[in-house]
Amino acid sequence: MAAIRQTFFQECEEQLSEMEIGLLAMDEGSTDSETVNAVFRAVHSIKGGAGAFKLTQLVQFAHTFETALDFVRSGKLTPTPEMMKIMLRAADVLADLVEASRDGREINETSYETVAADIKSLTLVNGEEEVEEPIDFQPTVIDFGLPEISIEPASEEAGASSHEYRINFTPRPELYANANETALVLRELNRLGVMEAACDVSALPNLENIDSNGAYFSWSIRLTSERDIAEVREVFEFVEGEADLSIESDGQPEVSDADIAALLAMALGSSPAAEPMVTSESPADTHEPETAAAAAPASAEAPSALTPVGEAPKPDAKAAAIPSQTTIRVEFDRVDRLINLVGELVINQAMLSQRVIEANFAGSSSVVIGLEELEQLTREIQESVMAIRAQPVKPLFQRMSRIVREVADATGKEVRLKTDGEATEVDKTVVERLAEPLTHMIRNAVDHGIESPEARLAAGKPAEGVVRLTAAHRSGRIVIEISDDGAGINRHKVRASAVKKGLIAADAQLSDSDIDNLLFLPGFSTASTISNISGRGVGMDVVKRSIQALGGRISISSRPGQGSTFSMSLPLTLAVLDGMAVSVAGQTLVVPLTAIVETLKPKSADIHALGAEGRVMAIRDTFVPLIDVGTQLGFRDTATQPESSVAILVETGGGARNALLVDSIQDQRQVVIKSLEANYGTVAGIAAATILGDGRVALILDVDALVAGSFEESLSGELRYGTGG
Amino acid sequence: MMQTILTVDDSRTMRDMLRMALAEAGFNVLQAVDGVDGLEVLQRSTPDVIVTDINMPKMDGFGLIEAVRKDNRYRKVPILVLTTESDAAKKQRAKEAGATGWIVKPFEPTKLIAAIRRVAA
Repeated sequence: MAAIRQTFFQECEEQLSEMEIGLLAMDEGSTDSETVNAVFRAVHSIKGGAGAFKLTQLVQFAHTFETALDFVRSGKLTPTPEMMKIMLRAADVLADLVEASRDGREINETSYETVAADIKSLTLVNGEEEVEEPIDFQPTVIDFGLPEISIEPASEEAGASSHEYRINFTPRPELYANANETALVLRELNRLGVMEAACDVSALPNLENIDSNGAYFSWSIRLTSERDIAEVREVFEFVEGEADLSIESDGQPEVSDADIAALLAMALGSSPAAEPMVTSESPADTHEPETAAAAAPASAEAPSALTPVGEAPKPDAKAAAIPSQTTIRVEFDRVDRLINLVGELVINQAMLSQRVIEANFAGSSSVVIGLEELEQLTREIQESVMAIRAQPVKPLFQRMSRIVREVADATGKEVRLKTDGEATEVDKTVVERLAEPLTHMIRNAVDHGIESPEARLAAGKPAEGVVRLTAAHRSGRIVIEISDDGAGINRHKVRASAVKKGLIAADAQLSDSDIDNLLFLPGFSTASTISNISGRGVGMDVVKRSIQALGGRISISSRPGQGSTFSMSLPLTLAVLDGMAVSVAGQTLVVPLTAIVETLKPKSADIHALGAEGRVMAIRDTFVPLIDVGTQLGFRDTATQPESSVAILVETGGGARNALLVDSIQDQRQVVIKSLEANYGTVAGIAAATILGDGRVALILDVDALVAGSFEESLSGELRYGTGG
Repeated sequence: MMQTILTVDDSRTMRDMLRMALAEAGFNVLQAVDGVDGLEVLQRSTPDVIVTDINMPKMDGFGLIEAVRKDNRYRKVPILVLTTESDAAKKQRAKEAGATGWIVKPFEPTKLIAAIRRVAA
């Protein structure tokens, strides 16, 4: 049951996403029945599942929502922009309810009651409440631990008064057409007690006049049973309206309830040719005469005689079958294992290549050619495997439309989110880790970027602002852009703020782009009043850091009066990394390429001592701290000579620049990332490990941690390394 | 002999529940995700009873029932409608399409199995 519950919530996610897509399409003006139907179905499915798990609150709300959607579906309501706003809010509440139900929480009543009331008001026609279909299904908890059910009458219930029922039952052709069977009805009836049944065959025409789709028999039944009339009637539940039926209990004619009467009336009205009730007792018992059996549609043989006709519909059914893209669901662990194995394969192939090079085979030898083919194949396998874990950014983008709605509502702005490139795929872990920085930037765009409707109108723009979210693949990376058509960055204000906070000198010469980039400095906040929306203690510096932690870069551009664009470039996967392999004290280390600004050959004149052990390096007109990677990581005790080394200028997530001193640069390569935490333990200054072609392990530097550790060390003059900076 | 039930429902949750309840009761279970898929399954096998949802993408329950009834091979296969709707008009529509009976969602396994046994020969 727990597994099904889990499936239910997974499915809810999918339904919620379908719903959101549909509602947004409706909001854009598409009211075709397929869109509306899809939204209806999504809500309907959630309600259905929620009912099975007794999630009353969820069932209630989904029901209200569904009713409104049904009105739209049936044309009783035509969506207006106002109405769509309510619907979109209802969608958010539904998502909250699903989440609350999953976590076993109650949701804050007021937050959804207003929305529930709004939704309900949509179904009030002319202020009058439409006769709402009651929620007819009582949530039932399903208990699969039940013993085998028994439909045998509980005959041991001695003392229960027994009733005598007289039943007249005349099936009409529809009964047989719908695959109901008189014999089965009689069988069920027989289980309720002692039954005598008589078949009246007097309506049976001559053989040549028999219509194989006709119904010619009627039954008179006497049943002695302890069951009440409701149970007897239940036997006929499925054939209501397909037969003339009267049940007399203990000599009292049945008082049929209005429902049945109406149905019967409807059924009778629709078939005026219905045979009159024949109640004459036939001397024959329930055994059907053989001739009748052959002709009666109740017989199983009858259809088989018509097989040639039966073939005809086949092509129709085929034509209706639209080929659907089939998918399988696989546990994430399995994919991870596969990715790991492919990583091993890549490493193994690299090792093999190295051995072949060492063995000095001729370039045209079959070994070298074979190896090239293997290399090609390995790369293809690696790409295909990575593609398994790739998923479109669509769900992530969809979540953002909710953020836009929330922030717009809270700030009284009118904002529309437009998305593009939603189908662009990227590794699942990247998608997951993008959610937070993206949310923050979207909030910023609405809160700081877009002006108030009045200000926009005054500036000659439409009152409604647009935030655009796009994704695209560009040279092996994914580029995500968030742009708004707001006022753009107020550079004057940004600069003044940075000066006030002591981040820049009052007379610093900064280009427009330099000023824009001040936003990324730690401790910078553009809002003169910190609103409760974006002022959540998270600045753009944190966003930048999380993007860099993903191996990504972020940049900003802005035009006064026309808006700002934040552009991020990210790797498609976190399983491989572009790095620069360097040598330090005989070890090979990998520096992530994203952190590297440039590499330099230092001269001794550029190096200056700072404090007891610290050194800085002059790069053009500034000084940057110099980090001797060899001593920093404990590979050697004494500092290396800068003249015989290479300096790699790196930038940390916080924007700080440092120079890493290494012995030499080997090459630039893509490496398969192996988690150090999972395989060994956390090591400060090291982000992960990889395996080289020669089988040796190479450590991947964590530039931020390395810089942080070094900085503290040089200031305090004592070894602070290893405290986990 | 073990009877085979084809369940047609777009909700995975509902399919899982049906499979569990039916398998427990000793039925062989076939499943389809919508009407179109249901018809495809029917090309390969003939179940003893079909249990279908109404609201589904591509082809809904009504469409499936009509298509099944049109095919002479399946004229005699009982079709139970599994639905959250219980109003008379919907039942009437299902009946007109050719449904044999109905079960109201959320179903109780005992009721579901009783309904299946009631229509299965």
